[in-house]
Amino acid sequence: MSMMVIAAVEHSSLNISGNISFTDVALALCLVAVAVVVSRIREVGLEGDLLVATFRSFAQLLAIGYVLDYVFRGHGVLTLVVLGVMVGTATITSGRRSRLVPGSYAVAVGAIALAAAGTLGVLTLLGIITTNARAVIPLGSMIISSAMNTTSLVMVRLRDDLAAHRREVEARLSLGQTSHQAAAPWHRTAMRTAMLPTIDQTKVVGLVALPGAMTGMILAGASPLAAIRLQLVVMYMLLGGNAFAALVAGEATLRRLFTRHHQLVRSLRRVPT
Amino acid sequence: MAEPRFAYRDVRVDGDDGPIVEHFSATVARTGLTAVVGPSGAGKSTLLRLLNRLDDPDAGDVSCDGRNVRDYDVLDLRRRVQHVGQVPVTFAGSVADNLAMADPDADADALLERVGLSPALADRRADVLSVGEAQRLSLARALACGPEALLLDEPTSALDTASKGGVEQLIRSLADGGLTVVLVTHEARQATELADAVIEVAARA
Repeated sequence: MSMMVIAAVEHSSLNISGNISFTDVALALCLVAVAVVVSRIREVGLEGDLLVATFRSFAQLLAIGYVLDYVFRGHGVLTLVVLGVMVGTATITSGRRSRLVPGSYAVAVGAIALAAAGTLGVLTLLGIITTNARAVIPLGSMIISSAMNTTSLVMVRLRDDLAAHRREVEARLSLGQTSHQAAAPWHRTAMRTAMLPTIDQTKVVGLVALPGAMTGMILAGASPLAAIRLQLVVMYMLLGGNAFAALVAGEATLRRLFTRHHQLVRSLRRVPT
Repeated sequence: MAEPRFAYRDVRVDGDDGPIVEHFSATVARTGLTAVVGPSGAGKSTLLRLLNRLDDPDAGDVSCDGRNVRDYDVLDLRRRVQHVGQVPVTFAGSVADNLAMADPDADADALLERVGLSPALADRRADVLSVGEAQRLSLARALACGPEALLLDEPTSALDTASKGGVEQLIRSLADGGLTVVLVTHEARQATELADAVIEVAARA
């Protein structure tokens, strides 16, 4: 009986979402028009941003749609290229956001690439996912995107806090503490700041909102029970990936903000107080 | 003549807009109090920081007891050559916790008495101390490391007149007790009244 119910749900869902045409997409633009009108009436001044966001999302998703279609049709060897482009784009975004950290691009690429490789490696080694492009690319993109945010948060927070508290940091260094010991309170804060959003999201999952992967699967007609299994893997994967990114970004940022002689770098010491 | 505690030889330190200090040479005696004086922005604080390697020169060298400071283990050098900044820094926790950061086995009562604070303050939260008390605590924490030299960067500039006199007396007594004390000050009076020797740093051209 329960199987029949699930089958009925699957059939119904496919009718709802399985055949969305470009005409349907164009019709959905009326909701963007609502946002533009609200922005115009209330003089929020975001009409330009809304139009750019709409155009970019269309162009970017269309392009990645064609790329994924090509890769999934027997060109799986391109999986690493797709993931490489994602890591590259995430690195540029995170590195630019944290540009006051010396070598921010190197820190970003290390943290994001290691988080992606480590997390996907564990998932494939444990046999939870296959090395198939259809599994690796979507999951990899989630890890990379999340690791990008985590990496930026760690770098920006750690740099800003050490600059703001440099007298205290140098007082600790003067007591003979290593740079790691002297920066420890702010290192911890930066890691907590970066990791807490994902942890909070995991705590309220299913209570506040149905997350993306699960929603996508249900709309595509999968059974909700299958959908939650995937979602759980995704949430745990993001917890692990973010912890990995925060760890690498924190360590690498500290190495960039202190010299090997346990001195704050000059650019940090000369920030006006 | 006794070997100096510290020596600068043709030191240059670069800033964002050119050298902060250039072609600077001087020595600091092993005993007594040496004041480093000069106008604001002349690089006095920068010179002080070179002595325990909170910064390094871009040219020239700095030595301690006849040996280049770069040849010491930097963490060991910093414990031997303590730096106390202009604005008193206290860490979270009690006064005793602050002293324990420098030495877990520190005798808090003795250290507090040495800097003119009551041992009764040991259990008080460090962040509620007055500025004058906090600066004395900074000195006590530095002394807890058992240093051979104290580097003091304008240690009285944040204090009111009443606290200032007391801290000046304390600094003088530490120098008389055998510590090498290097005091950066912009006050000619302080240098004249306290110091055994004076190093003048010229304004940047």
